[in-house]
Amino acid sequence: MKKALVFLETHENKVKKSSLEGLSVLFGKGFEVVSCAFGQGSDQLDELNQWGVKKHYFNTDEQSQKYNPEQYKMAIQSVIEKENPELIIASSNNLGRDIFPRLAAKNDFAYMSDVTEMELGENVEVKRPLYAGKCTAQVTFTDDSAKIILLRPNQIRLAEANDSSQTENIKLDWPTPSANSETVSIEQGESEKLDLTEAEVIVSGGRGLKEAENFKLLHDLAEPMNATVGASRAVVDLGWVPHSLQVGQTGKTVAPNLYFAVGISGAIQHIAGMSGSKTIVAINKDEKAPIFQRATYGIVGDLFDVVPKLTDKIKSIK
Amino acid sequence: MRIFVCIKQVPDTETRIKLKSDSQGIETNGVKWVINPYDEFAIEEAIRFKEQNSDVRVTAVTLGPKARVNNALLTAMAMGADDSILINTDANLDSLTTAKALAEVIKKEGDYSLVYAGKLAIDGNVSAVPLMLAEILDIPHASVVGSTEYSNDAVTAEREVEGGTKEKFKLKLPAMITANKGLNKPRFASLPGIMKAKKKPIVEFSLDDCGINEGQTKVKFTNFELPSERAACKMIEGESDAQVEELVKLLQEEAKVL
Repeated sequence: MKKALVFLETHENKVKKSSLEGLSVLFGKGFEVVSCAFGQGSDQLDELNQWGVKKHYFNTDEQSQKYNPEQYKMAIQSVIEKENPELIIASSNNLGRDIFPRLAAKNDFAYMSDVTEMELGENVEVKRPLYAGKCTAQVTFTDDSAKIILLRPNQIRLAEANDSSQTENIKLDWPTPSANSETVSIEQGESEKLDLTEAEVIVSGGRGLKEAENFKLLHDLAEPMNATVGASRAVVDLGWVPHSLQVGQTGKTVAPNLYFAVGISGAIQHIAGMSGSKTIVAINKDEKAPIFQRATYGIVGDLFDVVPKLTDKIKSIK
Repeated sequence: MRIFVCIKQVPDTETRIKLKSDSQGIETNGVKWVINPYDEFAIEEAIRFKEQNSDVRVTAVTLGPKARVNNALLTAMAMGADDSILINTDANLDSLTTAKALAEVIKKEGDYSLVYAGKLAIDGNVSAVPLMLAEILDIPHASVVGSTEYSNDAVTAEREVEGGTKEKFKLKLPAMITANKGLNKPRFASLPGIMKAKKKPIVEFSLDDCGINEGQTKVKFTNFELPSERAACKMIEGESDAQVEELVKLLQEEAKVL
């Protein structure tokens, strides 16, 4: 039987949704599925048997709780050496992209990040965006090396996990830390909000907001929808908001269910970064703004008038 | 002290992507090529390091067809890099094969302390070559770095990940740093800089010299597609109160996203 390894990220003893997407790709496809997770709670993932996971490697030692790229790489490498998977799946985020390129190089595996579509049949069928979404392409594997696939969060439909097999939990010996790479500190972010790349609703603002303080209007609109606030490059460059909020070709590529573009004219770089959104609402005073060519719904109007009214209306229905 | 900066030439972000008639790639005629924006932060970081330390030599490295990518090296040298290495090839390589070629030329050059690169190239968005290179060179890395502090034999690098979490790592040199926006403010090449760059050496290698051939590539992009056209935008008319009512109704009943 073909074997696959899934690297799981967890939050409060649960597998994160983005990691369940990796298990979903494999579910019912005839793979022997092995998983691994490290850190607090990585030994408490009761749901894995429903996903047909045969073996789960974990480690909860203090060192595994403080992320270090070198140590995580070595820990996953030891699972790879024990199991020899021909397919490895992880999430395409700052963690996955910090570990798996090295593992691909170490083992001479094929590697692809940011995968948005994946089908397992006779072959591994994979698609992903290029140029931040200005086009997509199929990924063709030209030899039979094992493959490392990083899935972009929020793109793969979750399978209904209804397996009832037993999962064998195996404690992994934590690798000896190397003197070359030391974790000095990990400072948890205060934000309760989902990251832009994971958010289901995004409220983005641009130069039309006139000044940094007016981003408050967007935070107010985001609040009742539990949305994440984003921004155009123009206002990041003006220093109104940090770069971590930037949507576009030199920022983040996003694909929420609902995207509000408020006071954003719609430069090609911005459109590229958000055109994967399912429904796009544009609010802009200029009816000729290019954003209206990509939007689902458009309002030509004064955002300082429209947005507070929209906030009140959404509050009233939530 | 030797420092390498790995750079890639990419289509300018203004580029409207058109596909080749067989859909097996993008049409590059008429594309304006620039240094990958994230690599500019890497170049700037290397030059600042050189300015703050004595006896530092900064070498820009790239891979691609000479006629096109030479400009990227000239720009890096105009900004302040001392010299360049070019792996001259038309081949379409995947990330790992590219990293193997870069590793070969860096190893040929002898000792070094730092390798810089951008966190990602805005064309392929694979974000893999620098870390693959670090693995082959067997040096530690910090990726998506927003700030650095240097000491004699180490660099401390901080990065911000999803949710605003800040991670700080201390790496023993030699080390790989991949630059995020915000690490610094890249300078523009000055006119004297541009004049000087023309006289700076570019050492050229072929893929053969690196022991690499296109056949080693494991991954290829095929069957390109442009995003499907969206239905025309539904413009919501009227006074703002009515517009808001109508929008919320559409989001609830038609789009079913609220």
